Amino acid sequence: MKVLVPVKRVIDYNVKARVKPDQSGVDLANVKMSMNPFDEISVEEAVRLKEAGTATEVVVVSIGPQQCQETLRTALAMGADRGILIKTDDKVEPLAVAKLLKAVVAEESPELVILGKQAIDDDSNQTGQMLAALLDWPQGTFANEVKVDGGKANVTREIDGGLQTVALDLPAIVTTDLRLNEPRYASLPNIMKAKKKPIDMKEIGDYGVDVAPRLTTVKVTEPPVREAGEIVEDVPTLVSKLKAKGAL
Amino acid sequence: MSEFVDRRNLDFVLFEMLDLDTLLTTPRYEEHDRESITAMLDVVEGIAETNFLPFAAKLDANEPKFVDGKVEIIPEVGEALSVLGEAGLFAAGFDEAIGGLQLPWVVTTNINGIFTAANLSVANYAFLTVGAANMLNAFGTDEQKDAYLPNMLAGKWFGTMCLSEPQAGSSLADIKTKAVRKDDGTFSLSGSKMWISGGDHELSDNIIHMVLARIEGAPVGTRGISLFIVPRYRLNEAGERGEWNHIALAGLNHKMGQRGTTNCLLNFGESGETVGYLLGEENKGLACMFHMMNEARVGVGQASVMSALAGYLHAVDYARERPQGRPAGVKDQSTPQVSIIEHTDVRRMLMAQKAAVEGGLSLTSYCSLLVDKQKTAETAEERAEYDDLLGLLTPVAKSWPSEHCLEANKWAIQILGGYGYTRDYPVERHYRDNRLNHIHEGTFGIQGRDLLGRKLRAGVSALTPLRNQISSTIETARAQGLNAECDQLEKALASAEKAIEVVRSCEEENLSLANATLFLDAFGTVVVAWLWLWQASVAKQASPEAGSSEETFYKSKIAAAQYFFRYELSKVFNTFELVASLDDTCELASADFFGVS
Repeated sequence: MKVLVPVKRVIDYNVKARVKPDQSGVDLANVKMSMNPFDEISVEEAVRLKEAGTATEVVVVSIGPQQCQETLRTALAMGADRGILIKTDDKVEPLAVAKLLKAVVAEESPELVILGKQAIDDDSNQTGQMLAALLDWPQGTFANEVKVDGGKANVTREIDGGLQTVALDLPAIVTTDLRLNEPRYASLPNIMKAKKKPIDMKEIGDYGVDVAPRLTTVKVTEPPVREAGEIVEDVPTLVSKLKAKGAL
Repeated sequence: MSEFVDRRNLDFVLFEMLDLDTLLTTPRYEEHDRESITAMLDVVEGIAETNFLPFAAKLDANEPKFVDGKVEIIPEVGEALSVLGEAGLFAAGFDEAIGGLQLPWVVTTNINGIFTAANLSVANYAFLTVGAANMLNAFGTDEQKDAYLPNMLAGKWFGTMCLSEPQAGSSLADIKTKAVRKDDGTFSLSGSKMWISGGDHELSDNIIHMVLARIEGAPVGTRGISLFIVPRYRLNEAGERGEWNHIALAGLNHKMGQRGTTNCLLNFGESGETVGYLLGEENKGLACMFHMMNEARVGVGQASVMSALAGYLHAVDYARERPQGRPAGVKDQSTPQVSIIEHTDVRRMLMAQKAAVEGGLSLTSYCSLLVDKQKTAETAEERAEYDDLLGLLTPVAKSWPSEHCLEANKWAIQILGGYGYTRDYPVERHYRDNRLNHIHEGTFGIQGRDLLGRKLRAGVSALTPLRNQISSTIETARAQGLNAECDQLEKALASAEKAIEVVRSCEEENLSLANATLFLDAFGTVVVAWLWLWQASVAKQASPEAGSSEETFYKSKIAAAQYFFRYELSKVFNTFELVASLDDTCELASADFFGVS
């Protein structure tokens, strides 16, 4: 069984993001970038499937600038077998990503695509679902347990009321939630070995897909600074203040 | 932002200042590139954050205990070290031929530094092992290497250095541990070793001690000292851990800092025979030990920088978030308080830390790079020049941070005020941890005598290679308009040279070296001023986007360089004059002058 894992290069979760002076976006100049944490969970799950003998090959794919190659190398160091980089310097929205992934699926014919449930930069939480719809495949989103057995994937999902297990016929889409696993750190020797694993370089033009953005960013601003609180003398004052603010 | 690592500055030092990319084009290091080194640093930072940092305070509060002859230590220590072994970090700096990754030493030093900043006490076990393995690798027979290295490089067996004894630390000539030759060529050891870090514990399957001892009948003093491999457990026929080698843990020392690293008094050959195996040549033990000394001493400097970095980053966060007081001149107490970072004196204390930490890191990284340059030099002359430079700078790299980065830890505590003095915050721990660096691996005083006495007075090292490096930095810096700094640095260097001349021409050794410690400190400040000039000059050449965080970064470099020249380098002139005056106040002070008469 082949597993496809899309990975996104995002601003590192530890970095305090700053808005560019012209408000066109987040300042990424010389800022630490790393793999979207949910995607790390996806890679880990795929590598575990391979280690368990369930999967035979783990292919990782990334869409974005040349530096996404570093993100792919991270996945290769964790244990993925080969990578595909679809190069673009333009912004790609979830729908465009889903369309490109559909084209990759057509070429690679994986039986399982494991995606992070969302990326921590735009928090869209759309790509997995859109890809399932475009492929007309079953989907198990927000997975906290994945068991592949025979032609089925049993996916336990985190839902509002607790957990729900769905049985999906393969091929299928899984999106990962935080508690699915704890991703490993690549060992230093594996980082060196990953340098020798192949990465296929592609362009968006290779797939004949319309990736034009559907959204326009008007401006990006810092969240408003929280205003100072106030200590009131007694409960009646509190009540009257709340009433004055229209909260009661 | 994590509170123990500054990757932007590390990138600056490695790639923008020291031009690591060029080193990576040499055949020895061509397997590596910036991308894979960055990936390794990412992994290291992740492991340090996940497996080292979280229990640093807990370990400090629960120092190892001596229970029924065994060491008890919190379990997190062993878990962290096994993660380190699995990630391949014990082996990383060794050559590919013996299973390492052949990483440049400047990278290894900085990888180690990240663990040090996160949890020094745990990292020590690994560094000691690597140090011992390094010696085995340099001087061991093939048989000895095969017996011990694979398990040490995998992090399964740890190592130690056993030099000091209860009565002899700085004066190794006076050690007494005895080795008696046996018929089979091995030796039987007896005696006591003191201050042995990692000397005993249950964290690893075996502990391989590197022990200095005197073979019966050996000449008196340093010419009669040999080096031995002494495993805690002898190896059985299969090469695995066999029977106990009668190395008894006589006691644990209770230390001010670095409390998670066991520090032991070990007795050899007391209850039964302790077998040792000669490493290298007979009576050449100290030479073997000193072969590794440059790396070890630069490592001590690096550890000092890292303790200061951890304190500094915590103090910055605190100063940004802690509201207290109002700007000078604002009398209305109903106005909101400002963060203490708005107070000039707090920023002065932060600047003092930044200047020491980033200056110190450039010093230890530069010296580590010299180790790589020795290994990649194309001609014998080139190699000799790097040897000379490293020999001269090693006492500086060991000592300057241990004084000025300790001072940085003092300022970190000061910024937190009363809170900084409590154990609820890590800054006092970093101070305690850092205090050792002034003492071990050759005290500050020993380093002073090494630099001014052995190296500059007796002529083991020349000043010329350093002078050439400084001149070339000055030339570049002048082109960038840093003239005031260049002038001051030349003046300081001239002042140091004058002091060296006087010391050289003074025939009384004691008098000439009476102020060697002070000389070392001031000379270190000149060296760090040079490295700050270098950093400022690199920053001036950068062209970051206006208003970006990058622009702020480069501006901060230029400001810190300016601070260093105006506030620190300005102090050295008095010291050099004092040294040049051959002041005998302390030389002539009678022992009776002190204490209660």
